[in-house]
Amino acid sequence: MNKVNELFNKELKIINMGIESFYTDLKEQKVKVIHVDWRPVAGGNKKLSSLLSKLK
Amino acid sequence: MIADKIASANRKALQRILNGRPVLIKVGKAGDEIPGMTKKTILHSGPPVSWERMSGPQKGAVIGGLIYERLASNEEEARALAASGEITFDSCHHHGTVGPMAGVVTYSMPVWVVENKTYGNFAYCTFNEGLGKVLRMGAFSNEVINRLDWMENTLAPLIKEALEIKGEIDLKTMIAQVLQMGDEGHNRNRAGTSLLIRELAPAIVRTKFSENEKVEVLNFLNGNDHTFLNLSMPACKCTMDPAGGIKYSTIVYVMSRNGTDFGIKVSGLGDRWFTAPAEIVKGLYFPGFTKEDANPDIGDSCITETMGIGGFAMACAVPIVQFVGGAVQDAINYSKQMYEITEGENYVYKIPVLDFRGTATGIDIQKVIETGIRPIINTGIAHKNPGVGQVGAGLVSPPMKCFEDALEAFVKNLEAEGEL
Repeated sequence: MNKVNELFNKELKIINMGIESFYTDLKEQKVKVIHVDWRPVAGGNKKLSSLLSKLK
Repeated sequence: MIADKIASANRKALQRILNGRPVLIKVGKAGDEIPGMTKKTILHSGPPVSWERMSGPQKGAVIGGLIYERLASNEEEARALAASGEITFDSCHHHGTVGPMAGVVTYSMPVWVVENKTYGNFAYCTFNEGLGKVLRMGAFSNEVINRLDWMENTLAPLIKEALEIKGEIDLKTMIAQVLQMGDEGHNRNRAGTSLLIRELAPAIVRTKFSENEKVEVLNFLNGNDHTFLNLSMPACKCTMDPAGGIKYSTIVYVMSRNGTDFGIKVSGLGDRWFTAPAEIVKGLYFPGFTKEDANPDIGDSCITETMGIGGFAMACAVPIVQFVGGAVQDAINYSKQMYEITEGENYVYKIPVLDFRGTATGIDIQKVIETGIRPIINTGIAHKNPGVGQVGAGLVSPPMKCFEDALEAFVKNLEAEGEL
């Protein structure tokens, strides 16, 4: 059997990063899930990221 | 490595904040105590702003200040004088001073004088007038001017004498206590006001003033929960000033707003302001008022958050969520989130509900930009028109542009110096 299918036959323990609606959808389906409050550096702003990296 | 220099400078800035020991030393007159004051100087909250660009409540307070100083006898005369160029307007922060809301300070106003005993610098703040129609909210009716006269002629001389009898009051210890008693030192000052009265009352009774005047003063102090705000603010101001001017430091040592602009200052960038339009406060409005009535964010009182109390210590003041909106967990979350953008934690100002963890201290512009988390400020809302007063309370943050511009300037400076 495919490894991925094996995974879905077990109880899933899910960590969601990024878009929060994935987390809420799973939660509504009573799937165990935790959401990581993650955002890209400087909200993905390249200019600001570059300024920050100059100081590292 | 530049990163090492910045880290070292930020540790130094944090240490200076933590070392600060603000002590109330006396009551004086603005014209005698505040450096650079003249009879025609008017200090205001926030970064510098011209008369033309001032917000409604700040203009109202200037009008009231000119009438109070007898430089004008009515609104029309005051407006003409303010626009004439004869009056020197300047930011409170340029004079070691802080003022809540409009923050207007004039020559004859009494001031609390607070000294940072560790570094020997001073900060000044006027007395809190109470709620309702007050100068700091832009009101300038006879009722407001009469109260200011009474504060100058009765309240301040009586408190001055009482303080001479009592002796200096350690505000660091007092702020540490009020955080254990449900205050956060910005929008909730009930415990602080109570403790101050407890310290002063026995000395007030011993002054040479009449029984009536003593009763009047005690009732005035007791009738206004924000009496202590005008002490927590200069305590924070004199604590933060020594954290300024540290080369390579990215720590914010001033945050302030004038109802038009929000401004910040960063330690390694000296006296330069980084400003952006002040935002509208999100909060709860008093009956009969809505967001449409609100003036943008105003006042020097966010010096409390700059130092790590106020919104940063909101978890200390759980009851305040009923005043500014939100749930208890929100207050806890706000305080916890601030650790993401600060250099360290205070070891005197602590939050009981977080197992006495020290308040988040030393806002770092790098961390603000990196995380996108802005400092949280717990504040009052003034009506946009002069003379109306407070219309609500809520939460607000500095515009991100202040931090973005500061970061850009910081990098440019280092590039110009060949450091990068």
